[in-house]
Amino acid sequence: MRFLGYTLADESLPMPEPSPALYEEMGKFVEEATKAGVIVATGGIAPTAMGAKITLKDGQFTVVDGPFAEAKEVVGGWALLECRDKDEAIEWTKRFVSVLGEGEVRIRPVTGG
Amino acid sequence: MSATDSTAAIEAVFRIEVPRVIAGLARYVGDIDLAEELAQEALVDALRQWPTEGTPRNPGAWLTTVGRRKAIDLFRRNHNLRTKYAQIGRDLETAGPVSFGLEDAGGDGIEDDRLRLIFVACHPVLLLHARVALTLRLLGGLTTAEIARAYLTAESTIAQRIVRAKKTIARTGIPFEVPGEAERAERLAAVLEVIYLIYNEGYSATAGDDWLRPDLCAEALRLGRVLAGLDPADAEVHGLVALMEIQSSRLAARIGPSGEPVLLFDQDRRRWDRLLINRGLDALGRADELSAVRGPYTLQAAIAACHARAIRPAETDWAQVAELYEELADLAPSPIVELNRAVAISRSAGPEVALPLIDQLVALGTLDRYHLLYSVRGDLLELLGRHAEAAVEFGQAAVLAQNSAERDLSLKRARSNIELDRETG
Repeated sequence: MRFLGYTLADESLPMPEPSPALYEEMGKFVEEATKAGVIVATGGIAPTAMGAKITLKDGQFTVVDGPFAEAKEVVGGWALLECRDKDEAIEWTKRFVSVLGEGEVRIRPVTGG
Repeated sequence: MSATDSTAAIEAVFRIEVPRVIAGLARYVGDIDLAEELAQEALVDALRQWPTEGTPRNPGAWLTTVGRRKAIDLFRRNHNLRTKYAQIGRDLETAGPVSFGLEDAGGDGIEDDRLRLIFVACHPVLLLHARVALTLRLLGGLTTAEIARAYLTAESTIAQRIVRAKKTIARTGIPFEVPGEAERAERLAAVLEVIYLIYNEGYSATAGDDWLRPDLCAEALRLGRVLAGLDPADAEVHGLVALMEIQSSRLAARIGPSGEPVLLFDQDRRRWDRLLINRGLDALGRADELSAVRGPYTLQAAIAACHARAIRPAETDWAQVAELYEELADLAPSPIVELNRAVAISRSAGPEVALPLIDQLVALGTLDRYHLLYSVRGDLLELLGRHAEAAVEFGQAAVLAQNSAERDLSLKRARSNIELDRETG
């Protein structure tokens, strides 16, 4: 079963740069979870300031460059997990959040394909 | 969180950790059966204590420590075991603290106990189906009932296989070690054989089967990935993983709307999972980096990669496929490999070059009940304009077909060749 796990953050709050120690811990965790055959793909997503919003309405495209201040919760990082069931996905996600120290991660089953 | 939530969460932790726990305990007590029992007892303790005390930071280490303590108690209490295991008991008591930190990942040359466990569970002295059951049990964490359902066998049959396998391991004194250089290739081949067998059992599952059956593909792929993480230096491990990743990329496309199997060349390639294809290509790259000479799994992965790279069947590099089948035939000859090679040659060099190869296979007689031999011969004859003969071949393929979809397809081609023969004759 596949799950997409993603962190959410409020961009309006100050986000301190992660310490080198945290980067290293996170790297080790990703390596361990990858070797366990659990993480099949993962990445971070740059702040909305670097992004764009594309809307199609009444046949017209509108493209707006970020930041998108109105978004209260923005996806920060993501991982595609392959687990035998949701309970295992939850357990691996707990381990990920433990590395962060605190935070919120959501996981949702990936369908199709 | 309710009591049942808590139980499910703890059991999920156990399933994740159990291979390492059993492996660690097996090394301590020198007996796989005892190790598994101790692990189960530790789980009982966990189910009792963790809901109130919270899940420990390192659950694997917790379970192993508890298991070890129980072993020490067991050896102290049981007089019969006492003399036999006296030394082990003393060693256990003086052994250092258990840690499953990330620092254990082979940093100072200490092999991961799971790697030892995989090699023992797949030892060639055990019968193949015993190795499969033992591997699924100890490394997959599947229950006897789950293994039985996956293999459409009675639970008692699987239970017996596991019991006998453990007895054989104890009786023949298989050491709990990773094999050395001398026997490495043979022992590794035995492991890969088991993993790929599990994969193929899953691959052969049909739409109506119990969900545990196709899940065997996922389980085998996971075991392969774990093995690649534990033993990254062996090229064929990456080769097998590459093969399984790429084959898995087609799982959604290979079943038709009525649950019938869809042949590779008829599959909707938009439904191929490109994430898995890319992972497979990466793994194939790692195998090739490690070894200039390709082993059988790596070769099969390279063949699968040729198909995976073609957006449309017409874009397949058939010359490359034919060459790879030839290499495979040198290493692991079989009539099926020859048949596939002939198909590749017909696409790259033409049907007139491939037909003599097929005729050689027909003369061998080994494939004379295999419907694809006839449909391939029919295909070549059709391409050469020999429609009457092609119709005969497709008719025979229909007779030998293994399901109604294959039969219908062959009958259709037989009929169209009869038509073409009438038009041109």
